[in-house]
Amino acid sequence: MENSLGNHQTEMNLKATELRLGLPGSDEVEKLPCNFSVLRNNKRSSPEEASDVDSISKSKLNSSNGSSHTTNDDQDNAPPSKAQVVGWPPIRSYRKNSLQQKKGEEVGMYLKVSMAGAPYLRKIDLKVYKSYSELLKVLENMFKCTIGEYSEREGYNGSEFVPTYEDKDGDWMLVGDVPWEMFMSSCKRLRIMKGSEAKGLGCF
Amino acid sequence: MQQQQKVAALSYSFPEEVLEHVFSFIDSTKDRGSISLVCKSWYEIERWCRRRVFVGNCYAITPAMVIKRFPKVRSITLKGKPHFADFNLVPEGWGGYVCPWIKAMAVAFPCLEEIKLKRMVISDDCLDLIAKSFKNFKVLVLISCEGFTTDGLASIAANCRNLRELDLRESEVEDICGHWLSHFPDSYTSLVSLNISCLANEVNFPALERLVSRCPNMHTLRLNRAAPLDKLANLLRGAPQLVELGTGAYTSEMRPEVFTNLAAAFSGCKQMKGLSGFWDVLPSYLPAVYPVCSRLTSLNLSYATIQSPDLIKLVGQCQSLQRLWVLDYIEDAGLDMLAASCKDLRELRVFPSDPFGLEANVALTEQGLVSVSEGCPKLHSVLYFCRQMTNAALNTIARNRPNMTRFRLCIIEPRTPDYLTLQSLDSGFGAIVEHCKDLQRLSLSGLLTDRVFEHIGTYAKKLEMLSVAFAGDSDLGLHHVLSGCDNLRKLEIRDCPFGDKALLANAAKLETMRSLWMSSCSVSYGACKLLGQKLPRLNVEVIDERGPPNLRPDSNPVEKLYIYRTISGPRLDMPGYVWTMEDDSAYLE
Repeated sequence: MENSLGNHQTEMNLKATELRLGLPGSDEVEKLPCNFSVLRNNKRSSPEEASDVDSISKSKLNSSNGSSHTTNDDQDNAPPSKAQVVGWPPIRSYRKNSLQQKKGEEVGMYLKVSMAGAPYLRKIDLKVYKSYSELLKVLENMFKCTIGEYSEREGYNGSEFVPTYEDKDGDWMLVGDVPWEMFMSSCKRLRIMKGSEAKGLGCF
Repeated sequence: MQQQQKVAALSYSFPEEVLEHVFSFIDSTKDRGSISLVCKSWYEIERWCRRRVFVGNCYAITPAMVIKRFPKVRSITLKGKPHFADFNLVPEGWGGYVCPWIKAMAVAFPCLEEIKLKRMVISDDCLDLIAKSFKNFKVLVLISCEGFTTDGLASIAANCRNLRELDLRESEVEDICGHWLSHFPDSYTSLVSLNISCLANEVNFPALERLVSRCPNMHTLRLNRAAPLDKLANLLRGAPQLVELGTGAYTSEMRPEVFTNLAAAFSGCKQMKGLSGFWDVLPSYLPAVYPVCSRLTSLNLSYATIQSPDLIKLVGQCQSLQRLWVLDYIEDAGLDMLAASCKDLRELRVFPSDPFGLEANVALTEQGLVSVSEGCPKLHSVLYFCRQMTNAALNTIARNRPNMTRFRLCIIEPRTPDYLTLQSLDSGFGAIVEHCKDLQRLSLSGLLTDRVFEHIGTYAKKLEMLSVAFAGDSDLGLHHVLSGCDNLRKLEIRDCPFGDKALLANAAKLETMRSLWMSSCSVSYGACKLLGQKLPRLNVEVIDERGPPNLRPDSNPVEKLYIYRTISGPRLDMPGYVWTMEDDSAYLE
């Protein structure tokens, strides 16, 4: 059986120093595909916007302190503090949490978010957001849906999708029903329901 | 020809029972595999008497296939998600569901005694099924698993009359109620090992005390953080025969009687060899464990946020230490002391206390590791987080410890060069693979070019697992590894400029490995399709949360790629962001 597929074996000239790869399309002006290595930086942007970054560095010494470590310098617009890279350094989450709790630092508040009809869950860090409008914008981006306006009397009446959450007592509430701080402390998980599903909620 | 005939004659001349008896002394999966390859009759005899099965990738084979070949299995080990799932690189819902296995085994293996799972998803219903299907069930080990709650544990406790071991190491358990422990009936006395260190909430402590004191063979007990220190003494008095103990939070109001009680209780533990736990340590309580220190072979202080002087005082008493896990608070000074006092040390893990800080918060450098490598002749397994490294240090370590088998270095900042010469760390890691001829596992970090992979391909002939991040310049790097490392089984790569060429040029190699993970690299969708088409015994999974890859050009790189060998074809339980590249027979445009 052949060792390789096609002519690729002969292309692997071990002595060649001109064998270099760039990203597909890197010679063109097209936008590089999103790379989700960067989880968050100081900009309050949604995950999709956060990374116009190229995590693949071809340059040898790329260590100007303070630049994001997933970018080539010339593309780096990130603020001076370090961007956190997903899964780096490689420490299990329970270790991270146990250290952070001790020091009283902000622990990430990761919550599961599901959406009616979507086959998989996402997780978001609630601590990153300061208000409902930020949160809703992120959810809209993440799940490619429109959520619409919240009103105290009507909830999300008329919206195709309605954001709801399960609180500490196991009750399902509309996102926006309680003040933001109360929401932060009582929200266990989020679910974006179809407008029809959510009819029973929000009638408080 | 004559030799073959002789062998055949010999094997026919032994009655089956004799062969079976001989085989019963052979436990290792690898050896059992070799036995089964000798001849057809040995294959048959072996498969009927194999008791332990190890499945390194639960998707490599179906439950039905395992059951068909080994009808009398008593112990099964299954692994699910790839290793990088530990660091949140595998999205939620990827897979690793154990349910189909449990359902099949509930019917086929009524005598099953042991289930050991790693990185798998197990539900309460599954736990319930286990509890009710296997009358002689003895051992349940769930390492880094998830999907279950304390209700499932209650069912295990209530129904498994012969349970000996319940180990939930590092699993994510929804902690609904601490009373699950009370479901062990009063008549139940066979517990030997209990590890509940991952549970978030307090268990019912009186129930735990009663359980521990009525089980005379208790050997290992690992409490969770919520277990109060002032109750530990009583617990220990009920089980002075304990060999391995994990404390809860090691802090309490400073009360003299708590301390003296604790010290007295530890004095009574004459068999104690291993300690762990130690969350939230109050240093003044540490001397309570001094009575057991000289006998300790294993010490896990990786949650103990105490400073170097206290660490030195403690570790300095443990001359028999073989394994030490500790935070980098130990600093170079502490490691110097370790090197001087603990001559039997075999394994060292140093974890970072401030992994996301920009500056070093402790005086721990490459020097600490060099000291230990000099002073501890049996040291063969290292996991070391630090912020600076030099080729010289790596060179010294390599020459000091040619017996190294596991070397995992994590320099916290990606692409950090040798801080003295500002060069790459290629030659340092090169020295490691050159001198440590039995190296089985290696994790790289720091600034690395294709050269380091050339060294690895040339020298690391026994290497089985390699982890790479933010390294290399081109496909040449990957090619060196795939073509040179004869024993490579697991390769995991993130954020490296490796693309199609090396993969396609070494496609056949992938069938000799358990798995390959590549994320944030440059492998195109087109290459994935090609691999999937041409190699039917591989599952090529593209993991991409941007949506279906066929909506983008073939040249577009995939986010994540997980390739593993399998004889059971593509799996059917994938979430919406995973696509298996179909082989030729099933390929649809």
